[in-house]
Formats: sequence, C-alpha cells, structure tokens
Amino acid sequence: MAGEKVALKHGAGGRAMRALIEDVFLALASPVDGIGLSALDDGAALRVGDRWLVVTTDSHVVHPIFFPGGDIGRLSVCGTVNDLAMMGATEPLALTCAVILEEGFARADLERIRDSMLEASREAGAPIVTGDTKVMGRGEVDGVVLNTTGVALADRVVSDAGLRPGDRILVTGTVGDHGMAVMTRRHQLGLEGDLRSDVAPLNGLVREALRAGGEDVVAMKDPTRGGLASVLHEMAGKAKVGVVLREPDVPVNPEVRAACEVLGIDPLVVANEGKAVIGVRPAAADRVLAALRAHPLGRRAAIVGTALAERPGQVILDTGLGRRLLAEPDGEPLPRIC
Amino acid sequence: MASALDELKFRDPEKARALTEALAREVEAVGRAPVSVMHVCGSHEQAIARFGLRAAFPRGLDVIMGPGCPVCVTDTPEVDEAVALAAQGARVCTYGDMLRLPGTSRSLADAQAEGGKVEVVYSVSQAVDLARQRPAEQVVFFASGFETTAVATAAVVLAGVPENFSVLSAHKYVPAAMDVVSEMKETNIEGFVAAGHAATITGWGIFEPFARRTGNPVVVAGFEPLDVLAAVLELVRLIRLKRAEVVNCYPRCVTREGNRPAQEKLWRVFDVVSGNWRGIARVPRGNLELKPEWDRVNARRRFQIDTAAVGGAARNTLADQCICGSIMSGLAKPDQCVLFGKECRPESPVGACMVSSEGACKIWHVYGGHPDLQEVA
Repeated sequence: MAGEKVALKHGAGGRAMRALIEDVFLALASPVDGIGLSALDDGAALRVGDRWLVVTTDSHVVHPIFFPGGDIGRLSVCGTVNDLAMMGATEPLALTCAVILEEGFARADLERIRDSMLEASREAGAPIVTGDTKVMGRGEVDGVVLNTTGVALADRVVSDAGLRPGDRILVTGTVGDHGMAVMTRRHQLGLEGDLRSDVAPLNGLVREALRAGGEDVVAMKDPTRGGLASVLHEMAGKAKVGVVLREPDVPVNPEVRAACEVLGIDPLVVANEGKAVIGVRPAAADRVLAALRAHPLGRRAAIVGTALAERPGQVILDTGLGRRLLAEPDGEPLPRIC
Repeated sequence: MASALDELKFRDPEKARALTEALAREVEAVGRAPVSVMHVCGSHEQAIARFGLRAAFPRGLDVIMGPGCPVCVTDTPEVDEAVALAAQGARVCTYGDMLRLPGTSRSLADAQAEGGKVEVVYSVSQAVDLARQRPAEQVVFFASGFETTAVATAAVVLAGVPENFSVLSAHKYVPAAMDVVSEMKETNIEGFVAAGHAATITGWGIFEPFARRTGNPVVVAGFEPLDVLAAVLELVRLIRLKRAEVVNCYPRCVTREGNRPAQEKLWRVFDVVSGNWRGIARVPRGNLELKPEWDRVNARRRFQIDTAAVGGAARNTLADQCICGSIMSGLAKPDQCVLFGKECRPESPVGACMVSSEGACKIWHVYGGHPDLQEVA
C-alpha cells in the first residue's frame, strides 16, 4: 500500500510478520526440487542424489547483547543449528558468520561474543568455516548484527506441515524462559531472580527424538518469536488441522510463571531459544517422549496437545477450567503497565 | 513470587469442576432458560475469557458483561474536553487506556501526534510531580476509573497540589452501572455480580438498597476463576430462591463497611452527579465530579474549554456500525458486531470497547475472539 511503513510488529514472529513476508518476499519464490521459499519453513531442502541438502539463514539482533543465560553469539549459532534440526538435519556440516558492527563497539565485547560462538559451535558439532565483517558509522547500525547460515545433509526431511488428526504434540521442555529473561533485563523490571534464557543447540536432542520415532515424527518447529502459540497456529494452518493445547500440561518454570503473571504476559506467546515443538503419530508418542526425557535438554519434555479434524487452522486452549480459542500473537508482547 | 503462586489455589481444576457441576444442577433447578446474570467489571470478563469459563458454564446460563469499563463509558464530549485542553496548550496527563479513546473527531493520541502535550502516567501522583517540575505549564490530569482510582485522585487533591495542577474528572460511580441496566426494559437480567475491588472500598452494604429496590440479588466476587464460579453459583441459587439479597463471596478482601478512611477521602473531594455514558444513556448518579469547594483544582471551572474547536469533523461511517452501546448494555455480544476483529482491532479500534483492556471487545479479541467451544470434543 502506498505510504505504508514497516513497523516493529512486522518482525515479531506473528500474524503481521507472516503477512509482510507473504506480500513482499513470496514473489521471490520459484519451483525447486524439494522444499523452497514458498513453503515458508525454517529452511530449504534441496535434493542431492538420494539425500537432502538443508540450508537455513538467520540474522540476530538482541537487546541487551548479553543476557542471563547467554548472549548474541550463542544465540546466533544455536538459532541456525536449531533451524537445521527442525528440518530433520541434525548433523550440521558447517556454519558461516557475517557480522556488522557499529563504529565504537567495544573490542572486548566482540571477543566475548566470539568465545560464546565458539563454545556453542563445539556443543553443536557445527564448525564455522567462513565469514564476513563490515563496520558501519556511528548510528547507522545498533551495536552488532550477526548473521549465520547453516548447511547440513539429511536422509529425510521433516517439514512443519505434517500433522494429521490424532497426532500428539510434544514440547521438549519449559516455555517462556528466553523471552522473560531478555524482557526483564531489557526493561530493567527488577524481577530477574532465577530467570535464565534457555538458548541451546537442539540437534543432539532432536537426533534422539528422530532415532526413537523415525517416520512417525511428522512435524517440527522451534517456538522462537511468538512462542508456542505462534508455532501451533502455523502447524495447524499448514496442515489444515485443529489443535487442542492442554495448558496445565505445558511445562513452565515457576519463576517464569510468576514474572508473566506480574507483567500480564501469557508464557505461551513468549520466545524460546532452546525448545522444539514436535508432532508425532499417536503410537510413537510415548516412545519419543521417553527418548527426549533421557537427554539433558529434554528432561521436562511433555505431551501437551492433540491434532483434530475440527476447526482447521485454529488452536483451542483447554485451561483445565474451561476452553477457549488461543489468539495468534500479533506483534511483540509488551509488559502490561497497569 | 510467593503471592503469584498462592493465587493458584483459586485456579484448582478439581474444585472448578465441582463448582461447574453444582452450577449446572442449580440452573436446571431454576427450571427455565436462559437464566441471565450480569457482571459489571472488565476484570471479571478477563477472568472468564482467559480461563475459558464460558465453555464451562451450563447451556442455560447467560453471563453477560455490562457497563463495567469506566474507560469505555467515558463519553465523547469528555474526550473532546481533554483534546481541547491539549490544543489550548495544557499538558494533559492520563492513564494509557484513555489515549486512543475516540472523541468527536480526535483522540488524545491524535492530539499528541499533532504536537499536543499529552503524557501517559501510571498514577495521579506522577501527574502532580510533572506539575511541580514544570511550574510554567498548566498540567491537567484527565482522571478515569471507578471509585478505586477516584480514591487515589481524592487523596492527592487532599494532600495538596501545586497551583498549576488541575483535574478533569471522568471518574464513574459503580452502583450506577447496575442501576442503568436494571432500568432497561429490554434486558432480562435477574442478578448481578459486583466487582470485588470496588467493593473493597465501598463495602458490600452499598448494594443493599439496590437489591431491595430492584428485587435483583447481588453477589460480590473476586477475580480468580474459582471466585467467579463460586459467585455465579451463589447468584443462581439466590435467583432460584427468589431472594433479593446481597452476598459477599469475596470475604478475604471485602467487608460490609468497606474501607472507611478511603470513603471519607472520596466524599470529601467528589460528589455523585448525573452524566452521559457513551452509547448507553444519561445516568442519574453515574459520574464523580469535584465538589464546588475544589473548583480551584477543577479544570472545568478553571478554564474555558473550547470543545467546538476540536469537534465536528466528517462523519465516521465505520463508527456508525459500531454497537459498543448495545454491548455495554448487555444487549449484544462482541462477536455479533460486523466490525469485530475485522475493521475494529486493538491496533485500530473503532469503538471504545476495543480500546481499553477492560473493554469487552478487547478482552474477547485477546482471548481468541469467540468464547463458546462447548461443541468441540
């Protein structure tokens, strides 16, 4: 539309962002042998012989750069490793790293970010093999922007569109940790306590889920911006199924629950950086759950929902006291002020 | 952190199930459907919507939100006064919910975008601080809310305010919200759930004359899901027994007499006067206005407010389709409005009920848009 401007909500992972991507960038899509841009999945999967080359890219900006439980360096490696893993590619071949710096950025901070990247890439088994560095004038970019691209080979690709009625939906652990840790630090809300980001590479955990579930693992996505609510809407919409989410079964740390209650924010819309949402055929659900719980990053994994034939594209929240529709997040959740 | 977790005992699913089962039996025993009850508080609607309680209510029970959002019933001319004061150069301070409330042609947010000095404050004291910091300016606090926030306004006025500070009161009086609905011929409300936080100040005794006069029972309720379920159950029981009584189901906060020192402050500063409520009616005892002895802090007395200068723009065709008045009177539900969730959304509200976090439309929209999921297995 003439005169329309991009707003912050267009990057927040919800309805507005999806509309922007569909309206503007979908025109870039062309037919590919595999999963391309038009699927709007976590990455692309291109057929190479009898295997799949999975590619994904992600730019990272976060305020503050250092937060309880992590920093932008760890985030940039984990984000891309996790996007690969969500496509079923748990053995990353390599990552690239492009960095854009603002004039005046502290070198010590940059080295600290580098150390975090190195540590996370070792955890994930994903070497960083090439990069690019740019410096912009003061005020032309805010501190530091990191972009990472990841490539991996996979025997089977898991999309985010594979749910059928009856399938079970699992989360690999507590939700809301990353977003609340960053938000309380960003707004200096003095609520931090034990709030810590969950940022972690998930490829090892997902490998165990795939080993246990095989072909019965039918959909995966990491609930980053927009949280669990956004991911479930996306999975339900793409697969044309309804989803019932049982709120009492969703693991939430007590510190996160308390901070959310105080700020009037629903933990279901808060970002995670170390969790996956996994759709599994009913017969394999318990097996996959056991495999997740046996891994250090999956101890609090839980079965939280079921796909239905009714209400395609919608998410029904069973609160334990009643039932309602869950709204699709539309923009950044802001702390309630009054 | 402990306090937030303590509240969870009022969210116990087992107890909730027992209450909803008892409620179903009680509604059945009334022997006709629907039994219609009304609450008059945005916070009650939030609890009902957030926890999906409408899906747990029996089919024969209709729990309706009445005019329980003080921001929503703030009338267009009141907004015009605030916009006019900003246009005349005053610094207008108000609560965040009031910013996008539509006036005749402009909201305070519009006035702000046009360069007017409009500030969102979190308390009336913050507005007084601003007045102290800027002695050369006129600072006007555009005050909204029921008795709960009116007490805060009164306390600040009584404590003494700088000469350049004044109040433009849009405070509303809770008992009037129930009066106005009970007098409407077209509603069939048989009982009321009263707001626990306002009753903490007024005391539950204030509802006794209403119950006697109208024959409608009143139950005072808290804001956790079990508070709401227990109160609705008690209310339906009173309806079945045809007992026009007041019952306090929120005894952990509310007493018969209420908070006497707060009431004393309130009535030293405010009078109950008649006023128009947006989309509803002229309400005989609906507004709280500063008493004549406080004329020196009353913006309406101190300034010539030229509302003609900020009104009278082209007719808003969308606003003509808005049914906020019917929604607040309990005659229609948010999802019966053709604009709901389409042209009218929280980021671009058409009607007052989509502006405030206490408004029925905003609450329904935030919690999924459609409350009734009884048909889904």
